[in-house]
Amino acid sequence: MTFKAYLASATAVSICVGSAAFAEQLTIATVNNGDMIRMQGYTDDFTAKTGHTVEWVTLEENVLRQRVTTDITTKGGQFDIMTIGMYEAPIWGANGWLVPLDDLSAEYDVDDILPAMAGGLSHDGTLYAAPFYGESSMIMYRTDLMEAAGMDMPDAPTWDFIREAAAAMTDRDNEINGICLRGKAGWGEGGAFITAMSNSFGARWFDEDWNATFDGDAWKNTLEFFVGMMNESGPAGYATNGFNENLSLFQQGKCGMWIDATVAASFVTNPNDSTVADSVGFALAPDTGLGKRSNWLWAWALAVPAGTQKEAAAKAFIEWATSKEYIELVAANEGWANVPPGARQSLYDNPEYQKVPFAQMTLDSILSADPNDSTVEPSPYVGIQFAAIPEFAGIATEVSQEFSAVYAGQQSVDEALAKAQAITNEAMEAAGYR
Amino acid sequence: MATQHSRSAARLMMAPAVFLLLVWMLVPLSMTLWFSFRRFLPLRGGDQGFVGFENYTRFVSSSSFWPAVQTTLIIVVGILIITVCFGILLSLLLDQPMWGQGIVRILVIAPFFVMPTVSALVWKNMFMDPVNGLLAHLWRFFGADPVVWLSDVPIFSIVMIVSWQWLPFATLILLTAIQSLDSEQLEAAEMDGAPVLKRFWFIILPHLSRAITIVILIQTIFLLSIFAEIFVTTGGAFGTRTLTYLIFQRVLESQNVGLGSAGGVYAIILANIVALFLMRIVGKNLDA
Amino acid sequence: MARAVTSQRKAINTVVAWAIGLLIFFPILWTILTSFKTEAQAIASPPIFLNFDWTLENYAVVQERSNYMRFLWNSVIIAGGSTLLGVLIAVPAAWSMAFVPSKRTKDILLWMLSTKMLPAVGVLYPIYLLFIQLGLLDSRAGLVIVIMLINLPIIVWMLYTYFREIPGEILEAARMDGATLREEIIYVLTPMAIPGIASTILLNFILAWNEAFWTLNLTAVNAAPLTAFIASYSSPEGLFFAKLSAASTMAIAPILILGWFSQKQLVRGLTFGAVK
Repeated sequence: MTFKAYLASATAVSICVGSAAFAEQLTIATVNNGDMIRMQGYTDDFTAKTGHTVEWVTLEENVLRQRVTTDITTKGGQFDIMTIGMYEAPIWGANGWLVPLDDLSAEYDVDDILPAMAGGLSHDGTLYAAPFYGESSMIMYRTDLMEAAGMDMPDAPTWDFIREAAAAMTDRDNEINGICLRGKAGWGEGGAFITAMSNSFGARWFDEDWNATFDGDAWKNTLEFFVGMMNESGPAGYATNGFNENLSLFQQGKCGMWIDATVAASFVTNPNDSTVADSVGFALAPDTGLGKRSNWLWAWALAVPAGTQKEAAAKAFIEWATSKEYIELVAANEGWANVPPGARQSLYDNPEYQKVPFAQMTLDSILSADPNDSTVEPSPYVGIQFAAIPEFAGIATEVSQEFSAVYAGQQSVDEALAKAQAITNEAMEAAGYR
Repeated sequence: MATQHSRSAARLMMAPAVFLLLVWMLVPLSMTLWFSFRRFLPLRGGDQGFVGFENYTRFVSSSSFWPAVQTTLIIVVGILIITVCFGILLSLLLDQPMWGQGIVRILVIAPFFVMPTVSALVWKNMFMDPVNGLLAHLWRFFGADPVVWLSDVPIFSIVMIVSWQWLPFATLILLTAIQSLDSEQLEAAEMDGAPVLKRFWFIILPHLSRAITIVILIQTIFLLSIFAEIFVTTGGAFGTRTLTYLIFQRVLESQNVGLGSAGGVYAIILANIVALFLMRIVGKNLDA
Repeated sequence: MARAVTSQRKAINTVVAWAIGLLIFFPILWTILTSFKTEAQAIASPPIFLNFDWTLENYAVVQERSNYMRFLWNSVIIAGGSTLLGVLIAVPAAWSMAFVPSKRTKDILLWMLSTKMLPAVGVLYPIYLLFIQLGLLDSRAGLVIVIMLINLPIIVWMLYTYFREIPGEILEAARMDGATLREEIIYVLTPMAIPGIASTILLNFILAWNEAFWTLNLTAVNAAPLTAFIASYSSPEGLFFAKLSAASTMAIAPILILGWFSQKQLVRGLTFGAVK
């Protein structure tokens, strides 16, 4: 039965291939966030232009990461295009697992891609993944609550100001929390936030000899500040809040401030989903005057695994999905606020897009993030909210679990830092760094 | 007894099947054993040769190992206690005459058919969410502060979710056992004026012992490897990292297949210890 | 079954049992209800139970985004195929263990069960590499084999307990009458074993249907079942309770309906073998 079906479909495929020699079917693994799902709706435009068809494998972020990592490391060849992030692109590129994107067409205008994005998706100057959208992080705050608190948000506030403002805005009787931040375990959730925040407190993951640095004061200051502020002004149970939970809280009007991904700006200002769409202001992520801000840099990007039989078609898709034309297509149908942001300079030069309230602050945030120089003291790694080494995801997830246990009141800051130090050194030793 | 002829015929006929079965089951096991002695880092050049027992010592000496074993046992035992106790009560109740018995049984069995991922998602988002969850609304309705289930009482929450899924299985098996109970014996005891508790303790419970054994055995097998419920809800944080989850972290998050395989071998050893332990205590029940 | 029961006691039983039944079923009911709400109503405070504007919008969105029927069909093939294949292999094995036991039978059974406790993720890479070599990635055939292997110990064990309940005297009587081994199996054993085999099939179908590790990690497009379908709806950006509920309902509805229809069979089969 199955075998028959297999034969039948194999025959059908060979007939299709025979009749249209250049039309291929691409299998694309992607993440299930809003912009990617929107893109799936426009697939017909791509098929009409090139004749290639597309099969989507849409998965939740963590599952996607497992799935594509297994496939690429074993050369399974299940996907013609994979959606990956800034963490994977340089590592995989260095291993020779991705097709270099160095021969894209002139119309595609590869130089238009924001240098910060192109840099983070390259290894040794070769681009391995094209950014579909890019993000940094910034402060989103309620202008009405800020005004009621009698305070004025500067464009580039300090952490002390944020803590003070958060306390002033908090009104627990009316379910208003001064500040909502990620506390959820996971290197891409709370781990990313606390790492970016620690940069502004002068902390770093590793010293130049790849020793863990959780025994220093910088990390202790970061965590104590974070826990103190969240206990004063954060929502109950913030230890399990990630991006989704905070977005939902903010949209329901339960947060005074929220520091998170710049892409969230279009969600919180969308009147269909957000009850506070009219009164949202933006500011750069805070600092402590040490020279680094606490914003990160991330991109969801499309890459072609080396060894695919459909390289040309796959590149054609990438050129379509990350092009200026695609941005215009979305803008024409759904408005400028809904286009994939943060990837191209030309978008921010567009006068139409400049009218979008969060456009400038998003660009400023992205421009102020430098993965090659993210820490106050020198560090041996590339990346802001992560270190682009294969071991990082595993280590940082375990470390962030220890931190989340602090947020939940199950252990002290010192206990967590001691464990983090041990976990990290243990893993780095196993990997042969130390 | 069977003749020598038919016995050897049966052996001959069954041998290929048993052989096939054993070989098939040896495949994953031998692969795990093979990789557990190798340094295999997919993101760092793949398989880099034999390293002896290095993976084994590293896995056990990790600070996460013993807490993970402990968590595994707490979760498994917790779920077993809840499902068996409530399963007995529920099956006793469902055995009583009532209107709409069939429908009630269906309602009780239903959670068993729900995919673990779905049940974890539903519980986490729609019930245990501290702001929008139904339980939070319920708590606020009574003027209490909502409990942050997944960080305040994480193990209890996971035990609750998994118990919800497995309670139907326990109830189903225990119910069928109760139905086969000789009702005359019960009635005789009732006539003699034996109180309810005594009847339960001396007649019903011994009758159920074999069914309870089966429930415990089958559930233990599945509970030792629960994964989706933890992956979706806490991601291993707040002391909910079981041995299975630790292995997942080693293999997929840290990308160290050799280390994870060594963990897999430990998991099998633990499973065998648990199974032997179970057999010692309740195994005689299986000999019917 | 002539237990004297007053209608008062029956009424109390009914009320208590229904209350508990509804409580246990409630999470599923709530999910189904939520799937018919709008996103705003789904997180309304206080929660809305029935008086909302029933809408099919979530189902339309889910259907538009993913080809539900293909996922469903794959689930049916994989769960059905692996269960049938498993039973075919397990029946002779369990038969020989039950009727021609040796000293090692118990040990073998125990060992089989304990391999079931091997965490799947430990062998992900080896199996993945093996599948690449065999060209089985993203094929239903490959998944049928893997899921069959995973559940085989349970199938053998369940069938073994059922077969053991068949009284040996009947077989001997048949042999006295000159029945051959083949006749013995077809005419004597099979009819007695059918309820046990049926409930084994049902239980394993459910287990195979709900298996979410291999079905997710070994598939891409062609063989992806409902577990992969659900993985595309969990935790996107924002909390979409209503859409998640619709997708969840679609993922569990088929097996729920099957389970309800076969509930009696399940009970009868278990009564026969597993418990005395």
